[in-house]
Amino acid sequence: MNPNYTVAQVMQLVLLALIPGIALMLWFFGWGVLTNLLIACLLAVALESLLLYLRKRPIKPFLSDYSAVLTACLLALALPPYAPWWVIAVGIVMAIIIAKHLYGGLGYNAFNPAMVGYAALLVSFPLEMTVWPVASGGFGVLDFHSTLLQVFGSGFSGWDAYTHATALDSMKTGLSLHQTPSQLLQTQSMGLLGGQGWEWINLAYLIGGGWLLYKRIITWHIPVAMLLGLSLFASLFWLYSPDNYPTPIFHLFSGATMLGAFFIATDPVTASTTPVGKLVFGFSIGALLYIIRTWGGYPDAVAFAVIVMNMAVPLLDTYTQPRIYGQRRGL
Amino acid sequence: MSIWALPAGLKLADYHKTASSQHTTQTLIPQQGERFIIPLQQHTGTKPHLEVVVGQYVYKGQILARPQDKISAAIHASTSGVILAIEPHTIAHTSGLPDLCVVIEADGLEDWGNSRFPSLDYSHTDLATLVTRVRDCGVVGLGGAVFPTDIKLNVPQPIPTLILNGAECEPYITCDDRLMQEHADEIVAGAKIIMHMLQAQVCKIGIEDNKPAAIAVMQQAVETAQLPSIEVVTIPTIYPSGAKKQLTYILTGKEVPSGGRGGDAGALCVNVGTARAVYQAVVKGEPLISRYVTISGDAIKQAGNFDVPFGLPIQRLVDAAQGATVTNPVLSMGGSMMPLPLHSSTTPVVKATNCVLVRTPPKPETIMPCIRCGHCAEVCPVNLLPQQLYWHARAKDLEQTERYHLFDCIECGCCSYVCPSHIPLVDYYRFAKAEIKTQRETRQKAEIARSRHEFRQERLERAQREKAEKLTKHKTTLQDSAAQTSSTSPEMDAKKAAIQAALERAKAKKAQQAATETSPIPENKA
Repeated sequence: MNPNYTVAQVMQLVLLALIPGIALMLWFFGWGVLTNLLIACLLAVALESLLLYLRKRPIKPFLSDYSAVLTACLLALALPPYAPWWVIAVGIVMAIIIAKHLYGGLGYNAFNPAMVGYAALLVSFPLEMTVWPVASGGFGVLDFHSTLLQVFGSGFSGWDAYTHATALDSMKTGLSLHQTPSQLLQTQSMGLLGGQGWEWINLAYLIGGGWLLYKRIITWHIPVAMLLGLSLFASLFWLYSPDNYPTPIFHLFSGATMLGAFFIATDPVTASTTPVGKLVFGFSIGALLYIIRTWGGYPDAVAFAVIVMNMAVPLLDTYTQPRIYGQRRGL
Repeated sequence: MSIWALPAGLKLADYHKTASSQHTTQTLIPQQGERFIIPLQQHTGTKPHLEVVVGQYVYKGQILARPQDKISAAIHASTSGVILAIEPHTIAHTSGLPDLCVVIEADGLEDWGNSRFPSLDYSHTDLATLVTRVRDCGVVGLGGAVFPTDIKLNVPQPIPTLILNGAECEPYITCDDRLMQEHADEIVAGAKIIMHMLQAQVCKIGIEDNKPAAIAVMQQAVETAQLPSIEVVTIPTIYPSGAKKQLTYILTGKEVPSGGRGGDAGALCVNVGTARAVYQAVVKGEPLISRYVTISGDAIKQAGNFDVPFGLPIQRLVDAAQGATVTNPVLSMGGSMMPLPLHSSTTPVVKATNCVLVRTPPKPETIMPCIRCGHCAEVCPVNLLPQQLYWHARAKDLEQTERYHLFDCIECGCCSYVCPSHIPLVDYYRFAKAEIKTQRETRQKAEIARSRHEFRQERLERAQREKAEKLTKHKTTLQDSAAQTSSTSPEMDAKKAAIQAALERAKAKKAQQAATETSPIPENKA
């Protein structure tokens, strides 16, 4: 049976598919995930309304398409929990105003709005953007009062004690200090497969993504190609030198891999639309992700990999047209 | 026998075939005094040449208009009566513009007169005669394209495979289903005639598996006729398997080349209704003057099929189906996937009318921007990129639309159906196609005008050149002769001197005249 969705239903289903991941992030990080989401969503809806009003577009149908909420959620989930409100605000302004409406609004943006917001924040506020709370489990690290202080106030005094380097971060630093991946996996921030907590979060996003595939909101091409690209590069280097490169499993279950593969790279507006184009697009993101993680200046790189490949989309779409009915084969 | 699966298409959730397919087809019989509005343009191609006048009595089946170009079709009276008028009337066309129609007031006698052609024994008749008969009987493709059948069947090389299209993939239409159940023998007989004309070796009759009754009856008919070369093939229910190129692929695994014609894949696809019309034309000598029409939709009391003579207004069909259930139903022609909106219920039933839908007015959907989700590309049976086509058609970048194979679009409507933004994609493609065709025509006209202009210019130049050449030639001969004469005859000099003297006299006279004419002015001043 072929699906017959509306734009709003598409967005709603993607939001629903995020729920398992959000639930696990809440379990590991606590209130900070919720404040991120709430602040981002409220601001996004407010800015979307304002921009629609300024651009003299009908507000109700465009606001009820849930696209702004989805952008906000994706950005909020990519940010470190307990992010100060103004960091979130700058990110949302970048995403909704610059990346979305200045390009013409829904359907016309060349770059993934959430990732533009994220990248802008990462280069502007590297400190705030790289401080992640410990994935301690048991619904997080801070109580509600301290959360408010941390997010809206001048900062919670004992905050440093609750933060640490993420798995990808410590792997990167450790390797540069000539430690081996297997040694590093024994350290505090690591779990069984990837980063502590992160492996489960990634698994939850994988399940959500699988559900999107089942509902035929997304096709398999981009996520499979992206995970394949990442694993292929990771496997090659890991097989070449297991003492210098972590396992492909570590890469697959750390950082924003699964969120990126199923929810971010698959954003239809900014991704390639032909079957072959999608494969190239996804595979290149996976490859870029590995390259930047391994040799670049940032521990994780979903945002940069996606934005770089967004630029290649018009070219990909032009040169990967499928063979149509009645056209000679091999043309 | 193996079949090939379409690369895409729609598996629809809701089919509405049961309501109309369970009743036997009723024939609508013309009443005395009833008006028939018969459009001259019911087919693809040129409008035929009118052969009747107002006030004339016509028999049923009498020719009203004769084909006047290669691609054209004859139009016949679908009942006997008097021609009341020949005037423009609203017809079923996207534009909603009126077109020339013959209005007949039926006398209710259904008198054929002698308008039936003699029966032909097809196996002892040559191709040209058969083609002429099909042409004289106004047979066109009844699947919806209404392309003149005589053109289709008049091919120089033999076509090995005939495909009979009984797929009827559209979710509402059941007229072919009923036709196969009720006239299987005539369809098979028609298939035999067409096979003979094409010199085809095999015939495959493709029917979707949601029509078990039709499949059984057709199989029975083929068995009874003892024709091992004809085979009924059950195909999966998927839209648009009934499109001719798609059905050709499903049944033969071969693709009709882009821009090519049906026969190019070694197989020709003919609708079952058309096959029956060929049988009626050749064996019974009867022109095409009626067809099976499905009437359905959520706002009709009694959905069903009717054998409708062409020219009866849609309203008559609606009444025969016991009327609409709502006061302001939306009428459309064709199936639900690509309906042609009808602006008036007085629009006549024509050769292309396979279905009339009577539906409650739809809830208006907001058209959202394209989010490039690609669902359209997933369902496109031609493998096009509808979202890219839409993008370029919207931007009126017509060159790009052609690069994205606009003209391979079969306008099946799958893309519009799945579009989450409710964009009427096919309307954009139709617009772009029309625009490109207009541009081509304009360019062609300009080209003709330019070459004409250049030709004229060249002709003028040539004339001038020739004149000049003639003149110089003349001059030289004159000079030559002058030189000859001046040296030989002294009286020529005398003549010249006389002329010179006369000229001088005339000059002097003129000067004097001028002086007398100007003199009054100073006098007045004085």
